[in-house]
Amino acid sequence: MLDSADITTRVEEILNTHKGMEGSLLPILHAIQAEFGYVPQAALPIIAQDLSLSKAEVHGVMSFYHDFREHPAGKHVLKLCRAESCQSMGADRVAAHAQKALGIEWHETTKDGNVTLEPIFCLGLCACGPAAIVDGKLVGRVDEARIDAIIGGLK
Amino acid sequence: MKIYLPLDSAAVALGADEIAESLMFQAKARGVNLTLVRNGSHGMVWLEPMAEIVTDAGRMAFGPLTLSDVPALFGDLASHPKALGKTEDLPWLKAQTRLTFARVGVIDPLSLDDYKAHGGLAGLTLALGMDKAGIVAEVTNSGLRGRGGAGFPTGIKWKTVSEAVADRKYIVCNADEGDSATFADRMLMEGDPFTLIEGMIIAGLATGATKGFVYIRSEYPIAIEVMQKAVKIATDAGVLGASVLGSANAFNIEIRVGAGAYVCGEETSLLNSLEGKRGVVRAKPPLPALQGFMAKPTVVNNVISLASVPVIFEKGAAFYKDFGLGRSRGTIPLQIAGNVKHGGLFEIAFGLTLGEIVDKIAGGSASGRPVKAVQVGGPLGAYFPRALFDTPFGYEEFAGKDGLIGHAGLTVFDDSADMLKQARFAMEFCAIESCGKCTPCRIGAVRGVETVDRIAKGDASAIPLLTDLCNTMKSGSLCALGGFTPYPVMSALTHFPDDFAPMKEAAE
Repeated sequence: MLDSADITTRVEEILNTHKGMEGSLLPILHAIQAEFGYVPQAALPIIAQDLSLSKAEVHGVMSFYHDFREHPAGKHVLKLCRAESCQSMGADRVAAHAQKALGIEWHETTKDGNVTLEPIFCLGLCACGPAAIVDGKLVGRVDEARIDAIIGGLK
Repeated sequence: MKIYLPLDSAAVALGADEIAESLMFQAKARGVNLTLVRNGSHGMVWLEPMAEIVTDAGRMAFGPLTLSDVPALFGDLASHPKALGKTEDLPWLKAQTRLTFARVGVIDPLSLDDYKAHGGLAGLTLALGMDKAGIVAEVTNSGLRGRGGAGFPTGIKWKTVSEAVADRKYIVCNADEGDSATFADRMLMEGDPFTLIEGMIIAGLATGATKGFVYIRSEYPIAIEVMQKAVKIATDAGVLGASVLGSANAFNIEIRVGAGAYVCGEETSLLNSLEGKRGVVRAKPPLPALQGFMAKPTVVNNVISLASVPVIFEKGAAFYKDFGLGRSRGTIPLQIAGNVKHGGLFEIAFGLTLGEIVDKIAGGSASGRPVKAVQVGGPLGAYFPRALFDTPFGYEEFAGKDGLIGHAGLTVFDDSADMLKQARFAMEFCAIESCGKCTPCRIGAVRGVETVDRIAKGDASAIPLLTDLCNTMKSGSLCALGGFTPYPVMSALTHFPDDFAPMKEAAE
C-alpha cells in the first residue's frame, strides 16, 4: 500500500511533466491512473493547487469520466461491449454468462480480488462482435466458450 | 520474402498478433529472410487475420488465418487452403471507389516514403501554393460535408474560422468515434495516419491555425499508438513543425486521449474535455468556429472529413464532387456491422440503396436468418425495416425517412431481435451517457426506460406517453444525444409495432 508521501512525490513528478500544456487535466489524470491503477483521493488537492482549480472542480472532472477509478480495480479487468452491433451477435447472452461464471454484476470485482467486470460501449470491433478487452488485449467474436477460456486464463 | 499482416484492431482481436509471432518463428526455423509489414486492414473483417504475400504476380491474399495455416504459407501458395487469390482482384475491393481509404491496407502506415510513393503529400504540396481563400474554395467546391454525422458543409466551417480575427486558432480532429457500428476513423488512423495529418495541415493553412489536436477515444489503444508514432515521424521529417515542408507555415499536432465519455463525440463537449473540464455540452451560439478551444476560433472536424481533404486537392474538387447523389457528394466509407455475413468497411459513392448494401454487399445475416432491422447511424440512428430498404444512402434521403446516416455505420439485426428491447436500450444508453446539462436528456432518458418497461408489462397507455416524451427530448435537448435518442426509439415503435403490442408478453 502506498503512503501519502509516496503519492505526493509521484503526483508532483507527473504534474511537472505536464507544465505548459493547454488543458492538461485529462492527460494528468490518465498519467496518475497509469501510475497507481486508480486516482487516489490524496492526489486531488495537489492537482487542484497546481492548476489553480478547486478540489471540487478536479473531483468533478475525475468523476465525470467512466475511465477514471476512485479505487483500485481487481488484478484483471474484463470489459465486455454492450453496444448494438455486439448485441446483434448475442452480447447480452455472453455478458449474462460472464456474470454468472464470475458471480458478479457489472462494475464489481470477484471476492478474491482477481477480476473486475465492466461494460464498455464500443471498441470499434463491430464487424466481429461480440467484442471484449481483457487487460488491454482486444478479443473479437466472444462466445460463452471464449468467456470460459478467458476467465480460466486470468490467474 | 515480404508479408503484409494488419495491425488493425479487428485483425488483432481475431488473432493477428499471434499469427505474426508464428510467421516470424516459422521463418526463422526455415532460414527464410522475412520482412513482415504490419499494415492497415483492407476492411474485409470476415477474412481477418488476412496476410498478403508479395509475389512476382502481385500481392496474394490468405485468410482468415489460424495458427495451423501458417506453416503452409512457406510452401506451395497456390494449394494453400486459405488462398484467396490476388488481393486487388477480391470482389469486395474491386466493387469499391476508394478515395479516402485508397492507401489503407496497401501501405506501411508508418512509412512516410511509402505514403509519398502512393500520392501522399501531393495535396498538401498543391495547397502550399494557394492562398487561404483558394484552399477554402477548393473544399467548398468539392461538396464535402461533415462525415461525423451532422453533414455540415466543411468549406463553410473553414471559411468562418479563416475569416475570424484572433491571435490563435486551432484545428481539432474529432476522433471520439463512439457510435456502435462505426470504425472508419479507427481504421483510417491505424492504416493511413499521415492522411489525417496532411488533412489537418491543409485545414491549418486554410484558416491560419498553427496548432492541431486529435482527440482519440481511450477505447482505441492501437489507433492512439499509431497516431502518436506518425506525429513523431512527421515532425522529425519536417512535415509538421515550425516550417511545414520547408514553407513559412507552422503546424504542430498533439494527440489527446478521451476517458470513456460517449458525449465527448459532440463537438462542444469535446472542446470542454480538451480544455480539461467535464465533458458537458455548451450552448450554441457562440459557434466553435468563432469561440472554440480556449474561446479561440476552432475548426472541429471528424477524422474522415479531414482525411478526405488530401485526395480532394490531389485529384481536384470537381473529381471528388462528381461522385454521389443529390447534395451528398463524394464517397462514404460504409461500415457494415452486426449480424452480417460480410462485415467491414466499404467505401463507395453515395447513392446505393440500403437493400443493396445489406443484401448484396453484406450478403445478408451471419446467422442465416432473415434480416429484421438495420440501425443506421449509430445508437442515435433510426431502425430501418425491410420496407424502407429502397432508401438511397444520402444525408437528405435518410432524413426524409425519419432517419439519419450519421457516421455511416450500419448494424444489421436478424429476426431474433426484440425491437422493444432495442428501444429500451437506446433510452438506457442515453441515461448512462447524458452529460446532465439539459433536463430533457438527463431526466427524459430515465423516464424513457421506465415508460418502455410499462409498455413491456402490457400498459398500452404508456405508448402515447413515450411518443410525447420523445417529442420533448427531440425539440428540447441541447445536443444530439438527447435530441436524437428518439430516432431509434420512435423508429422501433413505428416500424415494429408488434414488438410493442400489449399481448406480446401474454403470448410468450
